[in-house]
Amino acid sequence: MTQTAMQAAPEATPRPNSDLRALYTQMRRVRTFEERVGELFVRGQSAGSMLHLSIGEESAAVGVCAAMREGDTFTTHHRGHGIFLARGADPNRMMAEIGGKETGYCHGKGGSMHIADMGLGHLGANAIVGGGIPAVVGAGIASKRAGKGDISVAFFGDGAMQQGILYESMNMAALWDLPVLFVCINNQYGMGTRIDQATKGHELHLRARAFGLRGETVDGLDVTEVRETAQDLVDAARTGQPGFLAVDCYRFFGHARMDKSPYRKEEEEALGRQKDPVLHARAALIGAGVTEDELDGVDNDIAREMDAAIDFAVASQEPQLASMFRDVYGPDEPEPEPVRTRIDRVLARE
Amino acid sequence: MVQMTYRDALRQALRDAMAEDDRVFVIGEEVGRYGGAYGVTKGLIEEFGSDRLMDTPISEAAIVGAAVGAAMAGLKPVAELMYVDFIGMTMDQLGNQAAKIRYMFGGQIGVPMVLRTQGGTGRSAGAQHSQSLEAYVLHTPGLRLAMPATVADAYHLLRGALRQPDPVVFIEHKALYTLKEEVDLSAPVPDWGKAAIRRKGDDLVIVTYSRQVHNALKAAEELAARGIEATVIDLRTLNPLDFDTIRAEVERVGRAMVVSEGVMTAGVAAELSARISEECFDFLHDPVVRVAGEDIPISVSVALEAASVPTTALVRETAERLVA
Ligand SMILES: Cc1ncc(C[n+]2csc(CCOP(=O)(O)OP(=O)(O)O)c2C)c(N)n1
Ligand SMILES: [Mg+2]
Repeated sequence: MTQTAMQAAPEATPRPNSDLRALYTQMRRVRTFEERVGELFVRGQSAGSMLHLSIGEESAAVGVCAAMREGDTFTTHHRGHGIFLARGADPNRMMAEIGGKETGYCHGKGGSMHIADMGLGHLGANAIVGGGIPAVVGAGIASKRAGKGDISVAFFGDGAMQQGILYESMNMAALWDLPVLFVCINNQYGMGTRIDQATKGHELHLRARAFGLRGETVDGLDVTEVRETAQDLVDAARTGQPGFLAVDCYRFFGHARMDKSPYRKEEEEALGRQKDPVLHARAALIGAGVTEDELDGVDNDIAREMDAAIDFAVASQEPQLASMFRDVYGPDEPEPEPVRTRIDRVLARE
Repeated sequence: MVQMTYRDALRQALRDAMAEDDRVFVIGEEVGRYGGAYGVTKGLIEEFGSDRLMDTPISEAAIVGAAVGAAMAGLKPVAELMYVDFIGMTMDQLGNQAAKIRYMFGGQIGVPMVLRTQGGTGRSAGAQHSQSLEAYVLHTPGLRLAMPATVADAYHLLRGALRQPDPVVFIEHKALYTLKEEVDLSAPVPDWGKAAIRRKGDDLVIVTYSRQVHNALKAAEELAARGIEATVIDLRTLNPLDFDTIRAEVERVGRAMVVSEGVMTAGVAAELSARISEECFDFLHDPVVRVAGEDIPISVSVALEAASVPTTALVRETAERLVA
């Protein structure tokens, strides 16, 4: 371990969400939401086919987000539904955005891969692998200046571990002692490429340590462990010691909705899906004396919540055509002139 | 004659080029085992092996940079960029390296590589996966640019690109992969660098390329039903640009319209329109009109996406008003 990695966080932050029950509930919400997104797609109500589900990765989103607090900011990759939900997103507005509807977080302009909400500190999901990572360096500079102890967290996949921009960003974060955390959700695949087909350097956290960050890897099976490891790194980041966390998990389904993963064996998938953080947490709760009935009650409430999100999205309107010229520039700036208007002027000439 | 899709034709071109010349290899994300994000390279790894279909990590800048080096070292790389929207990540390697090496080094060496990619709207893929960025390429001297519209051209332009002494950016259209046409790949096509006149008429000339060729042809058909006859020119390559064909048609007909899916401002249509206006001024009865993409990002909303690029209706109406 590097010297920084060994320093203890100076003061422990209160851990309001640390109980397993809350973590389980959040993970179940993420899973059920993702299952419903799949349904939205099947019903022809989603905008496009580029839907990336985070089933199997719930502990990464929920464990890390539980260690964050209001005021913190974050960016995500294209598989970010679970992270946003775990930071408090409204499933209705999320589902509507995924459906490309006016009532969505971004009025139907962004969709699944470009969802954001400044109110919740979500600086944006990204369809460019690695595209959202450097923003946390900038947000970290702003947090540091503001001096309120807020941090900024970048969530990305293992695929982004091979993009140069990650290393430029980590280096700056370390150089300037920024309150920043880099979280790699290592689901073993980038599309059809297994991580060992993309790199020979498998101890991902060592790369971060080489730049002077605190770096850890945690098994995503146990959400409590993810949460605790994340909490240590988050607490350190608040004091200006940037960190990196790799969460090991498995992408249960295809890369996107259309992908049936022909490039991997069924046995491998079956094995991978045994690493189920939701079922693992459920078993732990039952072991601690919670009844099946109680947990079924939790699950049923969540199912209703997410059904309502589908209904909300389906019932919502498409954006008005005129809205397409809005928000290219600031609110008081003139909108770009429609092509039709420009053609009219050319043809009106006599 | 065989029925073939645009996707099949691209694959056939790669297959034939690789069989003919063992210096040719493909390098990019998901090109081998997965068979390409849009299935273009499907099956080629079984035929040619993983040394010639190199699956890469997600590292676009290095993919293009490696292709530059391989080309300088005597190989013939076909690098694949999954979406043209990622071109920004490779722009230094493309714009500062590939494009300038021959010139900067006094003509000692060229960079004969092909960068295959795809762009355009049609899949509700959102702002970062739907763009038409050909103007970025056209604005860089040293880079060639091909954009096939037909199945036969998917084949022949890709074969042609691999015979060039210089880097070629080859932009396919994501909405054309399933286009199926009867083709005879041994039948002659216009040479590399020559435009194709896809339809001939006396009332106006529509200059276009890539998917908008099909849009323009559809509009031309509707115009013919209304008594207006349009020439439709498919540019095939934008660099080299076959301005002779454009000039001859515009001088003959006296009216021109340019159709492009890229955004209107400072786009390919702007360049073409300026050039026609300047060089054919004395022959024009009317101003050259551009029908192009709106100056906005592409939304994921299906309705907004469709309205962001030229529709058949807009092309037809504009043509009617221009001729009236
Ligand atoms: C710069 C860039 N390159 C390639 C892609 C295409 N692409 C989208 S997701 C993806 C795989 C990403 O893998 P990973 O980062 O591990 O995230 P995961 O999908 O596993 O969550 C690829 C190659 C992209 N969107 N952006
Ligand atoms: Mg991954």
